[in-house]
Amino acid sequence: MTSPSSAGPASGAAKSAGGIDWLFLVAVLAIAAALARVIYYTPFEAVQGPAQKIFYLHLPAALDAFMAFGVVAISGIAYLWLGDLRLDRAAESSAEVGVVFTTVVLVTGPLWARPVWGTWWTWDARLTLTLFLWFIYVGYLVLRGAIDDRALRARYSAILGILGSLLIPFIHLSVYLFRTLHPRPIVIKPSAPSLPPEMLTTLVISFVAFTLFYLALVRQRYRLATERDLLELEEGR
Amino acid sequence: MLWAIFTFSGLLGLQRSFGIEQADRAIDALLGAPITRESIYLGKAMANLVFVAAVQVIAIPAVQLFYGVPLLENAALLALIALLAAIGLVAVGTLFSAMAVNTKLAEMLLPVLSLPFFVPVVIPAAQATARLIAGRPGSEIVGWLKLLVAFDIVFVAACTLAFPFTIEE
Repeated sequence: MTSPSSAGPASGAAKSAGGIDWLFLVAVLAIAAALARVIYYTPFEAVQGPAQKIFYLHLPAALDAFMAFGVVAISGIAYLWLGDLRLDRAAESSAEVGVVFTTVVLVTGPLWARPVWGTWWTWDARLTLTLFLWFIYVGYLVLRGAIDDRALRARYSAILGILGSLLIPFIHLSVYLFRTLHPRPIVIKPSAPSLPPEMLTTLVISFVAFTLFYLALVRQRYRLATERDLLELEEGR
Repeated sequence: MLWAIFTFSGLLGLQRSFGIEQADRAIDALLGAPITRESIYLGKAMANLVFVAAVQVIAIPAVQLFYGVPLLENAALLALIALLAAIGLVAVGTLFSAMAVNTKLAEMLLPVLSLPFFVPVVIPAAQATARLIAGRPGSEIVGWLKLLVAFDIVFVAACTLAFPFTIEE
């Protein structure tokens, strides 16, 4: 049996069977190491105390979620251009992992906000829009589930992925326009990061660990998508 | 309140926008016409814009009448805010409407997809309207208007480009 002309899912599927996923293992170890550093080797913040440490999960998760949705958009554009289903599978995988990371952001945020702001949740601009960002990509996954035709599913989700990423700048703009409770950016901003060096190092380590974890998850998910597409082909859909 | 009316009435109208074409495969005739797909999208979007604008023309005086909110004192500015917001809602809504009719969930999917996109339209519009009613200086509104204009430009362009891909070949 030969794989169909373009975008044959055959390549890469063979490797996935069995064995230890080294990238995944490394990522989990990196997360553990980063957490150890967060807990034992990073000083307390003077005002917020231990609660501030969740920031080392919150910000890397948020950055990687943004990155994940960026990947969704770029694969979407590339898919509409080239029509290669591998790009769609990459978008699909990245979107799913992005939703998980956004969920981490939305869980760690309130955990921090409770002791520091005195409330779990507030309808602040950034919080609200992050919640809606989550909705967009949950909607994206719902849309994928609602279309049987493989090519149509790929095209529609590419469109939604692109439009979703266009929405993100508006999220960022609104942060500056609203009077917001959310801390202003302290790392990603025009001037130099205003974080003590130890904290910045921890943050960077944590970010690298999260990014590795993101890559590992996406790789796993991509293999699953490849095998599913292969199965659908064999079933003659 | 006002913006909630516009959002949901807009959604109802958008639902019809492509559903009506789907009924007897009338969409095929549209696609067969010697015009570009982008023109079909823009035509649809303009029709929806007229619908949303019509709702606004009726709803704004009605809200003033029943809730005693002095909306019409700055009629020209309010009309500008309403128009900018309507363009944004319609641009995204029309595209998603074209997509939703081709899915299994059809009517369910349109609100799920479009509501997050309506937020950056409705919040600036509502904020600008509130400042207008409160009689705040114009400089406080300009930022919100800029955000609306930017949203309109980005999404009208993006949706027009994306629309040809929503059509089944």
